[in-house]
Amino acid sequence: MQEATLEIESDGDSGFVFRFSGDLRADSVADIWRESLRKLERINAGTPIKVDVEKVKYCDGSGICLFVELELQQQKRGGTFELVGLDDKFKKLRGPFEDLSWVRSQPPGRKPEAFPVALGKETARLWHELISMIKFVGELTASTGWTLMNPGRIRWSEVLLMAKNVGANALPIVGLISFLIGLIVAFQAVRPLENFGAKEYVAELTAMSLVKELGPLITAILLAGRTGAAFAAEIGTMKINEEINALTTMGLQPIRFLVVTRVVATVLIMPILTMFSLVFGLIGGGAVYVSIGFSYLLYFSQITMAISLTDYLGGLLKATVFGLLVAAVGCFRGLQTQSGASAVGLSTTRAVVSGITLIVISDGVFSVTFHILGL
Amino acid sequence: MRAPVTLIDVQNLQIVYGDTVVLERVNFTVEKGKVFVILGGSGCGKSSLLKHMIGLFNPRKGSVLIDGDDIVSSGDEKRQTILRKIGVMYQSGALFGSMNLLENVSLPLKEFTDLESSAVRLIARMKLRLVGLDQFGEYLPSEISGGMQKRAAIARAMALDPLILFLDEPSAGLDPKMSAELDALIRNLSRNLGITFVVVTHELNSIFAIANRAIMLDKKEKGIIASGHPRVMRDESDHPVVRSFFHSSKR
Repeated sequence: MQEATLEIESDGDSGFVFRFSGDLRADSVADIWRESLRKLERINAGTPIKVDVEKVKYCDGSGICLFVELELQQQKRGGTFELVGLDDKFKKLRGPFEDLSWVRSQPPGRKPEAFPVALGKETARLWHELISMIKFVGELTASTGWTLMNPGRIRWSEVLLMAKNVGANALPIVGLISFLIGLIVAFQAVRPLENFGAKEYVAELTAMSLVKELGPLITAILLAGRTGAAFAAEIGTMKINEEINALTTMGLQPIRFLVVTRVVATVLIMPILTMFSLVFGLIGGGAVYVSIGFSYLLYFSQITMAISLTDYLGGLLKATVFGLLVAAVGCFRGLQTQSGASAVGLSTTRAVVSGITLIVISDGVFSVTFHILGL
Repeated sequence: MRAPVTLIDVQNLQIVYGDTVVLERVNFTVEKGKVFVILGGSGCGKSSLLKHMIGLFNPRKGSVLIDGDDIVSSGDEKRQTILRKIGVMYQSGALFGSMNLLENVSLPLKEFTDLESSAVRLIARMKLRLVGLDQFGEYLPSEISGGMQKRAAIARAMALDPLILFLDEPSAGLDPKMSAELDALIRNLSRNLGITFVVVTHELNSIFAIANRAIMLDKKEKGIIASGHPRVMRDESDHPVVRSFFHSSKR
């Protein structure tokens, strides 16, 4: 491969000759491109330019683009342009660009939207989303009701498979995180309670916070990250592959066929998963309790005294509702998936974000309700 | 007349997936400046052969010489230089959905050259002009038709002026008019710019419209069962598969 070079001479007739030689290839033309434009700028506007390419050994489309660029610059500067000595081999490449009027007709660009238009569009989008959400909730309620009336029509094998994915496969991570959270809560409680000489109440504090708040919350957040995202990705991919359309045209309702099984599986498995989380959380707390000098027996009696059945059932009820929300919103975001490579990723993100938001909002509602009911 | 220059030389290629031999003893050459078509029925290994020729997969045996260099046995660095000599248009177009057409075509130029952004833009616009899409540079792939997406994919494949363009099923999913337009584009680019094409297709209209030379693969025989100009293959081959393949078009 020969290096591309450029020499510039005056042609004695008040014009200049740009003499190129060597190879003008896509990967080697950059330097000579810059150099020729720089030199052209130094020449007075309106000066005729002749580009002599007789010594060019090889020229590809990018080399031709360079000549076109020089010609365009000359047109702008009001000078004449002449290309001489182009080898027959390369004339074919030049052929389509003899007429350059199209370059000046800038492609129709996309103007940024005016603020009122953007605001209106966004409002309309949110409105449609609200409507589709209401529709989804309605359809899901109707379909679930229908399924409860006709329990033989639900695909229980699918529900079991989902329950395995949602529940059994999540056990290791739920166990680990719950154990660590129990450990951390108890550990953080030791110092302040020690100041009041109330170290033995670490057990009660840990148990109360785990059973009433943290257990259901941790399980639900893990569920949103694992299952909500998985539902959105799975259903989103089905939407892109037109599998949802296939179900619809077969006369099967996607909500009954896909969403109800997932929601039922999650709702059934969530209390069990939360119980599992509580056991591991309490073991974590117990480990700290024992390490500060108390016995496991004392720990056990403290926590059984601290936790009432109402607290426990209230926690499980919360977890079940969290599960329902996470599964439903995961499926909803999946069904909302648009086309394109980034669509499934977007749905997954939105499923997790909406899931966690709904968990926290409903947790607030539960706290207020329990308070009013005096539980 | 100049002697033909061999640009691709496939020697004794064997393609195996798991325990299944898909193709074996595949030998052929592609001449510079010609449109070479790989044809055959569904599942005969056309697309597999293409993917092995462009280095996406490695064959069990054999070599693929591209402009004299073997893509099969070459190391990473050598392979990069070989890949710069080829451009590929995938069946779906495979344009990046988040970029508009100009950005799609500009991407290889930005990555592999030191050109200024104004120069990259001009080159990208000229490539789009060559495929008749210079007015659509600001459009996203999702906003244009399937045929236009394929033309844009050809423009992107041509960004660095490769010697060879590989096209996987260019007519798939296109209506006859769009398909004919794409065939005309391939013919023009081949004649006017001297680009060598390797096209995988089973569309008979396309085959006759574009091919200078073709090979036909067969699933049962796991190899090439006919080669030459498609018209000659149609009229002279005695192979029952070749005859039934071409006969299906004589309505």
